[in-house]
Amino acid sequence: MITLAHFLVLGGILFVLSVAGIFINRRNVILLLMCIELMLLAVNMNFIAFSRFMADMDGQVFVFFILTVAAAEAAIGLAILVTLFRNRNSINVDDLDVMKG
Amino acid sequence: MIELILFYIFAGVLLAAAIGVISSRNPVHSALLLVLAFFNSAVLWMLLEAEFLALVLILVYVGAVMVLFLFVVMMLDINTAGMRRGFARYLPLALVVVAAIIVQLALIFTMDEFSAQMLADLERYPADYSNTAELGRLLYTVYVYPFEIAAVILLVAIIAAISLTLRRREGTKHQNISRQVRTRSEDRLRLVDLPRQQRGEGDS
Repeated sequence: MITLAHFLVLGGILFVLSVAGIFINRRNVILLLMCIELMLLAVNMNFIAFSRFMADMDGQVFVFFILTVAAAEAAIGLAILVTLFRNRNSINVDDLDVMKG
Repeated sequence: MIELILFYIFAGVLLAAAIGVISSRNPVHSALLLVLAFFNSAVLWMLLEAEFLALVLILVYVGAVMVLFLFVVMMLDINTAGMRRGFARYLPLALVVVAAIIVQLALIFTMDEFSAQMLADLERYPADYSNTAELGRLLYTVYVYPFEIAAVILLVAIIAAISLTLRRREGTKHQNISRQVRTRSEDRLRLVDLPRQQRGEGDS
């Protein structure tokens, strides 16, 4: 039967994959945002698994708030991205070094 | 048994989709594979009897956030050719970090204190148990202030996203409401004295 270990291992693998994705796609801001979404998904998976197996609903309330904040983060991040592309005509992270000392 | 088979199928597709997201060359493919990943995790959450959050994940993430991602990816004309050049340079560092996280997670997961909880069987809720009602009860009683703050955060996100992307171009015709309200009849209506014309002279 399904145990807590199944979901924790799955969440761990998902988190590690998204960390690797951030290193692999470190120039493309859109893919960085997608990897962050994937990371939040892995965290939410752990939250829900713990909440269910410990019979405590508070974990699911947390997931609810994480989803809210992640939606706000994605909206603002993409708005910044559109403004950035409009001004610099590029979303390459290496081009964004205006504030470098 | 059937649950375990379903778990492995959907977890496998989820991990394959995640690998596709991070390794795809085309951002549109990445976004679509991320949609697949969200769908599969929603099914896994259903297996955990978190039905409300599973549906919210599909509605909010697939319906709104990922469509926004796709919209932005397709709207911006991105040149992805040069973006993967630093791949080899950062691969060793990535492998070190990933290996470190894996070792740390494995150390935690294999602790003796956890082993009983880790392998405990999932106790199903009775058929009349409502996940949504339980979550709503908590949200509107214990977590009512965080709930209000979440609403404010969404409002801030709306205003920030609009004010960031709003741009005024020169030459477009805007409606200036305050000028419209402030206007008086003298500004609009001008009485001019025209010299009287002879009939048949002006209209030809």
